[in-house]
Amino acid sequence: MNNVVAQLQRQFHDYLVSLYQQGFLDNQFSELRKLQDDGTPDFVAEVVSLFFEDCSKLINTMSRSLERPENVDFKQVDSGVHQLKGSSSSVGARRVKNVCISFKECCDVQNREGCIRCLQQVDYEYKMLKTKLQDLFNLEQQILQAGGTIPQVDIN
Amino acid sequence: MNSGSCSSLMEVGYDHHHHGHEELHVLAVDDNLIDRKLVEKLLKISSCKVTTAENAIRALEYLGLGDQNQHIDALTNNNLKVNLIITDYCMPGMTGFELLKKVKQESSNLKEVPVVIMSSENIPTRINKCLASGAQMFMQKPLKLSDVEKLKCHLMKCRS
Repeated sequence: MNNVVAQLQRQFHDYLVSLYQQGFLDNQFSELRKLQDDGTPDFVAEVVSLFFEDCSKLINTMSRSLERPENVDFKQVDSGVHQLKGSSSSVGARRVKNVCISFKECCDVQNREGCIRCLQQVDYEYKMLKTKLQDLFNLEQQILQAGGTIPQVDIN
Repeated sequence: MNSGSCSSLMEVGYDHHHHGHEELHVLAVDDNLIDRKLVEKLLKISSCKVTTAENAIRALEYLGLGDQNQHIDALTNNNLKVNLIITDYCMPGMTGFELLKKVKQESSNLKEVPVVIMSSENIPTRINKCLASGAQMFMQKPLKLSDVEKLKCHLMKCRS
């Protein structure tokens, strides 16, 4: 039984480290993990879930704003990018945040094509991250069910 | 900045009207849901009571400065008494800066409540403008646990 826990913990550790190394997550995610305690064991999962819902909604509204070339509401797009950049930064979603930086630049110069490309990229990145984190949370659940504790993971 | 543990300082009554252990009651204002969740958690972990508001107007209403001119003196109502306001700078409608000025222009005790401004952007002129208008502190987003610990130390030093 102990061996199973140790194996799962190793898997979890390695997977999380790989997410940092591949740039999906940055230090802010580890800050988020610090806030999780016995009283609120689902804090991180809840916050990232809200984040992904937010991504979905914002991407939809921005997509509508960018739809008609002759009538783009750049103000609305800018507002959406600002929200997305803020949220992604707060949860440590590094790739999503980086796309938002480019996205803002396209929006500032009213580059519709550029905005559409960035929108597609943001959509891709948040969905990718969502899958990765789901796998991470599944590992967490497996560890807990096997009677183990979630490892601390230090990133440099 | 000294970032040592300040938990022992929480034993000191923050307000001279109350005795013994007093939780800091913080009003956190941010239009971004994720940021509200984050700041709320950070403050609760640091033993603060937290009320959140999603914009400056709601915040003012909570403080008894709503449009209806209900000048409820929020400070005499124990439940509402706010010891600190922490607000995002960039918000639609009224900005955090405008909220800061409204609080500081108050004739009641409310103007004594420290106001901390948060922002994702590190713009020196913005920071200076806020500090010059009476902001206690400026905090860079995204917020971390160590930021809230620094905040509490700073507030405690100011009160003593």
